[in-house]
Amino acid sequence: MIKSLKSASHKLSDPVYQLQLLNNHSESLRQQPKFREKLDEIDLFPLKPTGIEIFQMNVGYMCNMTCKHCHVDAGPDRKEIMSKETFEQCLDALKSSDVATVDLTGGAPEMNPHFKWFVEEASKLGKHIIVRSNLTILTTAPKYQALPEFFAEHMVEVTCSLPFYSKSRTDRQRGEGTYDKSIEALKKLNEAGYGKTGTGLELNLVYNPVGAFLPGSQESLERDFRQQLQRKHGISFNNLFTITNLPISRFLNFLLMSDNLDEYMDRLITAFNPAAAKGVMCRNTISIGWDGRLYDCDFNQMLEMPVEGEAQHIHDWNEQKLNSRSIQINQHCFGCTAGAGSSCGGATT
Amino acid sequence: MEKTYYNPEDLKKFGDVGEFGPELAEKFFDYYSAVFEEGALSAREKSLIALAVAHAVQCPYCIDAYTTDGLEKGATEEQMMEAVHVASAITGGSSLVHGVQMMNKVKSLSM
Repeated sequence: MIKSLKSASHKLSDPVYQLQLLNNHSESLRQQPKFREKLDEIDLFPLKPTGIEIFQMNVGYMCNMTCKHCHVDAGPDRKEIMSKETFEQCLDALKSSDVATVDLTGGAPEMNPHFKWFVEEASKLGKHIIVRSNLTILTTAPKYQALPEFFAEHMVEVTCSLPFYSKSRTDRQRGEGTYDKSIEALKKLNEAGYGKTGTGLELNLVYNPVGAFLPGSQESLERDFRQQLQRKHGISFNNLFTITNLPISRFLNFLLMSDNLDEYMDRLITAFNPAAAKGVMCRNTISIGWDGRLYDCDFNQMLEMPVEGEAQHIHDWNEQKLNSRSIQINQHCFGCTAGAGSSCGGATT
Repeated sequence: MEKTYYNPEDLKKFGDVGEFGPELAEKFFDYYSAVFEEGALSAREKSLIALAVAHAVQCPYCIDAYTTDGLEKGATEEQMMEAVHVASAITGGSSLVHGVQMMNKVKSLSM
């Protein structure tokens, strides 16, 4: 089994070290403009929320996979899991809020023992629920194999990782055998009505580049995926979201090991797009960690950069205060503002 | 002076060629961008043609640029390799087809 950086006590599991690298690893990185300066140039600093629309909960870093690009450093050896008490605090916050969307991520969120209970409870509140699934988990134990029907029953939107429509490229990023299992899971989701016209059951795919390059046009990649998955496997889906790999955690490790860090940061910074900066997801999202701590996004969560202010935990939920906070930024944020922009919902421009 | 003719860092300075003649450079880059837009050919097909031409003209800057561009546009390794073979076949064929000229000459000179 591949170990997570954390359990291998790798120095890249230290967020302070990661941020030092992004800022000072080489002369080239030291000379790059800071994210703050780029926001300043377009009058976006300090970066302010536009209002919380998405309540994104990271329900644990445990995962059945250990993908090479994972910004969470998730894996079977990660034991951080959201407790029922924290889930309950999230429900309390949701009850008092008009936030329409609950976005469940991990790790593999399905592996949290309270996952199904929480989906049922959040569904009763009338919230739209998104689950970010790695797909392969849906092919493992029978309790996970039964999830497509459970998702359908609660009209959960399934957004799942599929970095490419070829086995070799997908397996290089996510591990041997991933592509075949993902296809099996997608077929089951299709059978449950997902990705089919008229069912209202939304199935979205997430594309990440398998290497040190940016995603191309979301529209044309979506067209290719649709054509290839239909032709090769008879699979249909709703949307493809292109997501840029942020230079943190395991992807940062890959960039260092392959000597691509300077070049990749240069690509991200050169491709800074003011329109993408205006539409960054941290402006309409709040990220809740497995332990209830609040962050501007899942990336800041992994870098242990909590929200500004004193109310940094879900039990201190105060939407008004959160909406007036300044968003924490650093050099990794260039990943969300490059080219067409990148968010959990894909391109932002 | 540089110690080598090619420096990978120079690729990033391509846009600077306008320094000694901005008007023509501007016309060139406008044309260049228009050429690579989606049209009757997709942007990915154009990128693969560019990759093949890059090999035919043996431009290391263009090979770097259009390998990255191909990956970004979702081209597969197989597609990129086939594009290189197309370049190889045409450049090889271009040499070989001149063999006919050689044969014609031999035949015209020989008894």
